Amino acid sequence: MQTNLADFIKDTPDGREADAILRTCVHCGFCTATCPTYQLLGDELDGPRGRIYLIKQMLEGKPVTEKTQLHLDRCLTCRSCETTCPSGVKYHRLLDIGRKVLNERVPRPLAQRLVRTALKEALPRPWIFRPAVAAGQLVRPLLPQVLSDKVPTSAPGQSRGWPEKSNHPRRMLVLAGCVQPGLAPNTNAATARLLDRIGITLFEAPEAGCCGALRFHLDAQEQALDDMRRNIDAWWPHVEQGVEAIVMTASGCGAHVKEYGLLLKDDPAYAAKAERIAALTLDISEVLAAEAEKLKPLLVTRQHPPLKLAFHSPCTLQHGQKIKGVVEELLQAAGVELTPVPDPHLCCGSAGTYSILQPALSKQLRDNKLAALNSGAPAAIVTANIGCQTHLQAGSAKPVRHWVEIIEERL
Amino acid sequence: MAFANDVRFPVDRREILGRLQAILPRHLVLAEEEELRPYECDGLTAYRALPLIVVLPETETQVGAILKACHELKVPLVPRGAATGLSGGAMPHEDGVVLSLARFKKILKIDPLSRTAVVQPGVRNLAVSEAAAPYGLYYAPDPSSQIACTIGGNVAENSGGVHCLKYGLTVHNVLKVRGFTINGEAVEFGAEALDAAGLDLLAIINGSEGLLAVITEVTVKLTPKPELAQVVLAYFDDVQKAGNAVADVIAAGIIPGGLEMMDKPATHAVEPYVKAGYDLDAEAVLLCESDGTPVEVAEEIERMKAVLEKSGATSLVVSQNEAERLRFWAGRKAAFPAVGRITPDYLCMDGTIPRKRLAEMLEAIADLSVKYGLRCANVFHAGDGNLHPLIMYDANQPGELERATAFGSEILELSVKLGGTITGEHGVGVEKVDLMAAQFTPAEISAFHRLKAAFDEKGLLNPGKGIPTLARCREYTQTRGAAAVTPPPRF
Ligand SMILES: Cc1cc2nc3c(=O)[nH]c(=O)nc-3n(C[C@H](O)[C@H](O)[C@H](O)COP(=O)(O)OP(=O)(O)OC[C@H]3O[C@@H](n4cnc5c(N)ncnc54)[C@H](O)[C@@H]3O)c2cc1C
Ligand code: SF4
Ligand code: SF4
Repeated sequence: MQTNLADFIKDTPDGREADAILRTCVHCGFCTATCPTYQLLGDELDGPRGRIYLIKQMLEGKPVTEKTQLHLDRCLTCRSCETTCPSGVKYHRLLDIGRKVLNERVPRPLAQRLVRTALKEALPRPWIFRPAVAAGQLVRPLLPQVLSDKVPTSAPGQSRGWPEKSNHPRRMLVLAGCVQPGLAPNTNAATARLLDRIGITLFEAPEAGCCGALRFHLDAQEQALDDMRRNIDAWWPHVEQGVEAIVMTASGCGAHVKEYGLLLKDDPAYAAKAERIAALTLDISEVLAAEAEKLKPLLVTRQHPPLKLAFHSPCTLQHGQKIKGVVEELLQAAGVELTPVPDPHLCCGSAGTYSILQPALSKQLRDNKLAALNSGAPAAIVTANIGCQTHLQAGSAKPVRHWVEIIEERL
Repeated sequence: MAFANDVRFPVDRREILGRLQAILPRHLVLAEEEELRPYECDGLTAYRALPLIVVLPETETQVGAILKACHELKVPLVPRGAATGLSGGAMPHEDGVVLSLARFKKILKIDPLSRTAVVQPGVRNLAVSEAAAPYGLYYAPDPSSQIACTIGGNVAENSGGVHCLKYGLTVHNVLKVRGFTINGEAVEFGAEALDAAGLDLLAIINGSEGLLAVITEVTVKLTPKPELAQVVLAYFDDVQKAGNAVADVIAAGIIPGGLEMMDKPATHAVEPYVKAGYDLDAEAVLLCESDGTPVEVAEEIERMKAVLEKSGATSLVVSQNEAERLRFWAGRKAAFPAVGRITPDYLCMDGTIPRKRLAEMLEAIADLSVKYGLRCANVFHAGDGNLHPLIMYDANQPGELERATAFGSEILELSVKLGGTITGEHGVGVEKVDLMAAQFTPAEISAFHRLKAAFDEKGLLNPGKGIPTLARCREYTQTRGAAAVTPPPRF
């Protein structure tokens, strides 16, 4: 597309990156077909091609108002459009730049600012968030629907704990994450037990925290970069000691950590380290797929009752990290029957804090997703990201779990 | 380029806005420049115009009322589907309203017995086939844009696709169309049965480019899925040999399920996206599909291979399973936008020529590419002689668009000279409106105007598109010289 970026941004790194992305878009409209919000709302402005245009106008110096903000806010950052785009448009990077500029130009009303501040201060801090979940359970009946839906009804999935002592020469780090320890402590514990069985010791670096994705998508890109630097500092000594990988059990975090190199490329103190960290980062499915030869024999040693599951592939796994079919293959190797799920490319509506900030659209997407997941009558639903897991669980009578727990139980 | 439509209307914006806001809820009427800009063009971004207002109705009653209001106040109106069009058909009119049908996305009925589907116009082409799949049926016309383009847009453009060589264009697969004329009156074209009494107006609405009526419901024919389909990839070390091979296949009495061509620049652009495993050293690849029972397919594939080999194919690859077949086609279907990887902008041409002149045309395009100093990738619906040269240019470089346009015009004029047409399936729109004079005589163009006036006396529906004003024709023939292009006799 033709572009003519305004002076304020033209010669900055952001401006150059945005221009290059805009110029790859040929306005074919393919992406609108797989965009969840365009499919619901049918307005060009709520699809990727229209959002690209809105951002282009703003970067070309045209006046912007809360109208542009509304349509960019409605974007789930699910990146389904990127999977569809034949021209290779890096939409999410353009959106990041667009949101940053927009945030400087169009201040949010106080109420919106407060919600956003609350979310970005509380969620990334386990020491606030975990007690908050506990407190939330007590006051659940009093909370507004959107929030009460986010608080698990019972104590989170019982964890059998980490392996007693695991001391293999092969060592991998795992990110604890910010919300996962409070909501689904068994995910990392199960991962540790599983990896222990195949000769890998998994450990957390206590100083690491939120991967930065939450703040990054809540108008706080600078703060997010600090989150990222802190994690790099926490992991770096272990990297120097030769950890094999940094494992992600939440695909949302994985998609973000894999971009550390890109996001910190202009920080001379961190660029190289960030690049290295990103290269070491693997989703747990990638780790297990690489160890399939060791894992598969363990999976067939015991007889298991037949189990029918529906797998929801999070956007951050299939579109963000472009990992497709890997989890499915592992589950099938574990004897699980996977039920067919229509429109598997569509977002469930969780999308970080989207479910809180855009409750109506989010709920519609969740209802559609649950209907699709349940269409094959599975016994339970499995997924790969804590956000999707709690979001779907809030609307589902059937349990929603991390798929890695199932594999671990079948060893 | 911002496009100044030469048909202008004195419109009172406030008045029409008030009327539309009375018909629709607030969020379905867009009227601020910030929201209107993203609607300024379709898939042909070279032509743009800012509309006064965009409306997003959801019911037929609303559509009728909107049309009535526009008709009364003499406001031009442009219907819009998914805006994947490549001739600027859905480009807005600067004095007018854009009526988007994107919210009409219900599949109303699938009848496996009569093999028909009734759908709203905003339903995506591919969504029809997906919904019909459980019954072993599909909707045959499959434009490469089928993932996104709408049935309403398909009817309006009489779109074609890979399968059209064997199964026909949109017009051959649509039974009935419902819609509204500009004065807000409901109209129906065709009937559920294969043939209807009276004049066949169905053929007129197919390809009407939004000039005659706004389509609000379409009944389409569904086709049984073949038991088996396989595609042969035939590689050539020379594009002209590939062009000749197309004619050879058809001359051998084979009607492939699809017969398409891509040249080297095109395969190089798509391979990183589809990872289909195309041979990137070949100068051209033909995709030749056979469908039917396994016995028929096996036999036909052998015949195809024999002909292609004789025509000079350097290697042949046959798809071994359905996933592979789809992957081979995915590259062809994504070819246009994938070219966006190697150039910021392109113009996609759409001429059609007799198959036996393909090689000649390819040679001419190569020469023109040198003459204009612009690269060109070739992607063809080869089987029906429908060419899609993609002329690559950079809109940020002054003068390149003009050069690309001149390049394109020469290709289309040559198409007419070779006994073909200026458009195979993308429509005339705004892009080729001047070139209509290269193909039709003033008398023929007057006849088109009379047909248009029979539906839309005030000329409000999609004005300035499809049919040139006679003044424009005169200007064209004076500047380009009618003698330069002598249309061959038709009928
Ligand atoms: C990458 C790419 C590949 C393509 N491949 C093909 C191909 O293989 N074959 C092919 O034929 N075309 C192809 N096209 C062109 C385009 O997709 C078709 O013309 C398609 O039918 C347009 O549908 P749409 O919904 O996008 O319509 P739009 O672009 O929105 O509109 C097209 C025209 O139809 C009119 N219109 C739309 N809806 C209605 C309605 N409900 N009532 C009345 N008028 C209406 C508009 O006014 C306009 O004149 C391709 C386009 C792209 C971008
Ligand atoms: S699919 Fe890609 S090139 Fe096409 S409109 Fe969307 S972002 Fe642009
Ligand atoms: S990221 Fe998702 S919601 Fe946003 S434009 Fe792309 S497909 Fe649509």
